Amino acid sequence: MKLAGARILLECLKMEGVDTVFGYPGGTVINIFDELYSFPEIRNILPRHEQAGVHAADGYARASGKVGVAIATSGPGATNTVTGIATAYMDSIPLVVITGQVPTALIGNDAFQEVDIIGITRPCTKHNFLVKNVKELAGIVKKAFYIARTGRPGPVLIDLPKDVQVAVTEFKYPDKVEIKGYKPTIEGHPKQVEKAASMLLSARKPVIYVGGGVVLGNAAAELRKLAETLHAPVTTTLMGLGSFPEDSPLSLGLLGMHGTFYANMAVTECDLLVAVGARFDDRVTGKIPAFAPHAKIIHMDVDPTSIRKNVRVDLPIVGAVQDVLTKLNAFLEERRDAVESFRKSIKPWLAQIEGWKAKQPMGFKESAQVIKPQFVIRKLRELSAPDAIIATDVGQHQMWTAQFFTFTSPRTLLSSGGLGTMGYGLPAAMGAQAAFPERQVIAVCGDGGFQMNLQEIATLVQNRLPVKVCVLNNNYLGMVRQWQELFFSKRYSQTVLDLPIDFVKLAEAFGATGFTAAKPDEVEETIRKGFSTPGPVIMEFKIDREEKVLPMVPAGASLNEMVLAS
Amino acid sequence: MRHTITVLVENEFGVLSRVAGLFSGRGFNIDSLSVAPTNEDSISRMTIVTRGDEQILEQITKHLNKLIDVIKVIDFTDGSAVEREMALVKVTAEDDNRAEVLRIADIFRAKVIDVTPKSYTIEVTGSPSKVDAILELLRPLGLKELVRTGPVAIGRGAKGWKG
Repeated sequence: MKLAGARILLECLKMEGVDTVFGYPGGTVINIFDELYSFPEIRNILPRHEQAGVHAADGYARASGKVGVAIATSGPGATNTVTGIATAYMDSIPLVVITGQVPTALIGNDAFQEVDIIGITRPCTKHNFLVKNVKELAGIVKKAFYIARTGRPGPVLIDLPKDVQVAVTEFKYPDKVEIKGYKPTIEGHPKQVEKAASMLLSARKPVIYVGGGVVLGNAAAELRKLAETLHAPVTTTLMGLGSFPEDSPLSLGLLGMHGTFYANMAVTECDLLVAVGARFDDRVTGKIPAFAPHAKIIHMDVDPTSIRKNVRVDLPIVGAVQDVLTKLNAFLEERRDAVESFRKSIKPWLAQIEGWKAKQPMGFKESAQVIKPQFVIRKLRELSAPDAIIATDVGQHQMWTAQFFTFTSPRTLLSSGGLGTMGYGLPAAMGAQAAFPERQVIAVCGDGGFQMNLQEIATLVQNRLPVKVCVLNNNYLGMVRQWQELFFSKRYSQTVLDLPIDFVKLAEAFGATGFTAAKPDEVEETIRKGFSTPGPVIMEFKIDREEKVLPMVPAGASLNEMVLAS
Repeated sequence: MRHTITVLVENEFGVLSRVAGLFSGRGFNIDSLSVAPTNEDSISRMTIVTRGDEQILEQITKHLNKLIDVIKVIDFTDGSAVEREMALVKVTAEDDNRAEVLRIADIFRAKVIDVTPKSYTIEVTGSPSKVDAILELLRPLGLKELVRTGPVAIGRGAKGWKG
């Protein structure tokens, strides 16, 4: 039977198992939205801004592991998706973003709501497609999903001109994909893995450094097995949080700019650094020449371009981290005696790390007068469900969440690590809640980032998505203010948000519920009330205005040059 | 160090922008780039001359390979490929130096492809260094216009790869 392009698109989404899309209509996508009536199995959640729609698809993907889907119209709809796409690209999140385009005959004519979104998104997508002929559509959608989810995942954009949505052709969804130039290396080379096992067993001061690849590659169980077999300490990046239980004695928590004292000291002193699905970001390494200066480095990554991009590597292993870790664990299994003596020989190293932990544990100065943000984060952990999903915005509250929440399972922290996108938290939480209606989903925001996408409270209310939003309100753009305090002589240029917003009224205006806490003894009660109130809730915490995120490695300094909490 | 990289790409919409954008976005240099279809309609072949240290070159080839439309990347190290470039040169040729221009062209086995009373247009083909050499000699005579194709390269030896 011959079908129109818009219909074919939705048939393809159905074949890919898509149950939720985040689409915003407009002139060039009306046909697609019209066809939605025939697809009750596909739910559209209508955001209030296309950027939020893409962030929601991203939150949906991070929480569920499935490909997130967003739809926007041509022109401004398409350009509004760009921040969301770039966010997903930097953090390797699988998305398929579909944009409408003016009819093919008008492309290049500066038509109404025309923009070259293929050109604009070329550097921030894994790949993108302009569909010029309806006959190519099904094959392109198949390829788009395949490219988005395989290898190092990432966003793929499909630009679909209006006339292609109307044109008809015979629909057949291809069974398999064949792309000559795209063959990601999934299996790690066994010889390389064997060498890694030998290097590990001869190390005396090993550290495992884990990034988002372990979360995205579903390798948390394999990682845990490796660490526990060897009794080797594990530090994670922001993106890696949740891949290793932070309540394990082997966990060193976060490393890098706002990492723990002991993680940064361990990385500086180690003799072997095993990087698993991490990319040696500048927020992790600090000054490169002083990063792990005594260490040999093993780097496992599915993306060969990540290897030797920023640091020298002694042993590269290209492959999916789950495959590589499984093979590594198998090699170690065969060498039980060697593992046994390895465990004995690294005891002094573990003792040294314990010494660092005792000397400078993660903490903050508690107060009975003013709410400490770290205290709020600890209370959130204490009072939330064990499988709660936390989405953050970007800034101080993000780092306090990373430092103090104690993440124990993968896909429970959704945060814009690479691009650092303010306004990400609320819509990402919305997407996660759409994926898991029964789980507790909490957005932790600052007052700055919250205001960048607060219109999505309407989407939460309308779609009965009971996200609990915690606003840590210091009336500052706090992270920039912190830099201004430390490096710009307290000249707080344009970081003071001195308009006192009534967050309770704001919530009520949208039909949500709001609570506010101004004193430390109100924190627990506010969280309890917030969690037990049905539907979306905004909880505002008026926090210590000038609290800083510490420890802090100043930009460009080496990891052991930390400004510590006094 | 100067490197000549050959890239086989799918003849898809925007593939040239993807390659060019990769170089500009990541701060890699392009000294020259030439591109044309191969004997398979769906595949084009690019020859890119770039420079950088070993680590940069490794990143360039890895990133090229990562592009979905790129089928194959070969980094020709010195001596492993034959390179040829063509240049069209319009030279001032009046009374006293008309003969001299022809003599130089002859030495380099270049061809005169257009003549006016005031100029010669010369076609020269050879390795990039040969093209440099003839330009060196023609420049003092009055070089009115120059266009170079940038080198194309093919591996030495019997082995070939299709496309």
